[in-house]
Amino acid sequence: MTQKQVLLHTDKWVDNYADYMYNYALVRINDVNLAKDLVQDTFFSALKSAKNFQGKSTERTWLISILKRKIIDHYRKINSKKGQSEVRTNFYDNGENSGSWLEERVPQSWDNYLERSIENQELKSQLDACIEALPKKYEMVFRMRTIQDFETEEICKELEITASNFWVIIHRARIQLRKCMEDNWFNI
Amino acid sequence: MFKRLKITCDQATSICNKNQYGASTLLDKLKLNIHFLGCKFCSLYIKQNTMLTTLYKRHAKNYKGTKFCMSKEEKEILKKELEKIN
Repeated sequence: MTQKQVLLHTDKWVDNYADYMYNYALVRINDVNLAKDLVQDTFFSALKSAKNFQGKSTERTWLISILKRKIIDHYRKINSKKGQSEVRTNFYDNGENSGSWLEERVPQSWDNYLERSIENQELKSQLDACIEALPKKYEMVFRMRTIQDFETEEICKELEITASNFWVIIHRARIQLRKCMEDNWFNI
Repeated sequence: MFKRLKITCDQATSICNKNQYGASTLLDKLKLNIHFLGCKFCSLYIKQNTMLTTLYKRHAKNYKGTKFCMSKEEKEILKKELEKIN
């Protein structure tokens, strides 16, 4: 059986799809340069495998499916980098206190919460700084769920992670974020 | 029976974080409430965690609906790169 060859309008790709793809990548990885690189890589990969395009989906859907793979590859890459900027646990790891708060890391009271939670540029910058200080994979999952408001199932499907893995990441990200905000915003 | 409802602070904060997204079960919430009875640190944690959720939601609003675009120059460079290999 001969494979049906569908004509692709490669000369129009950049004008038609670059912004959509760039936006798609950026809301997931929050890195301007990396998002541009991924868009470029996607176009290159698509050109190389253009003969495999059978027209079963639109050009845009096909390009996005390639971009999705690249985002998963990126996630796996950052996921395999162990220990990067990961702060020590907030809880005792073993012994009879296992799972309890470490004495030096127990939550402190935020008496100044009201005055410190007034929306302003400084607070936005500090929140961004704390989110950016998270390990990359935590940052990516936290942003997608909390800032971009993706559904949990969607994130698990896109990043090919289990729901329990997802919640562990969210838990650790929020614990670290709370500590960062406490040290750099509420208790200064 | 009560032993099965007993959880650690690590588990309590984990449930609490899940709860911020409306994803914890009724049993989880029961365990959490029993834990709070004897743990002032986790009680404080949940209070602050809820405050932070409010801040995150407000922060998220700043990003919502923002569309990011590549510049004309960047697109031209990209077109040339693609022409080279096409």
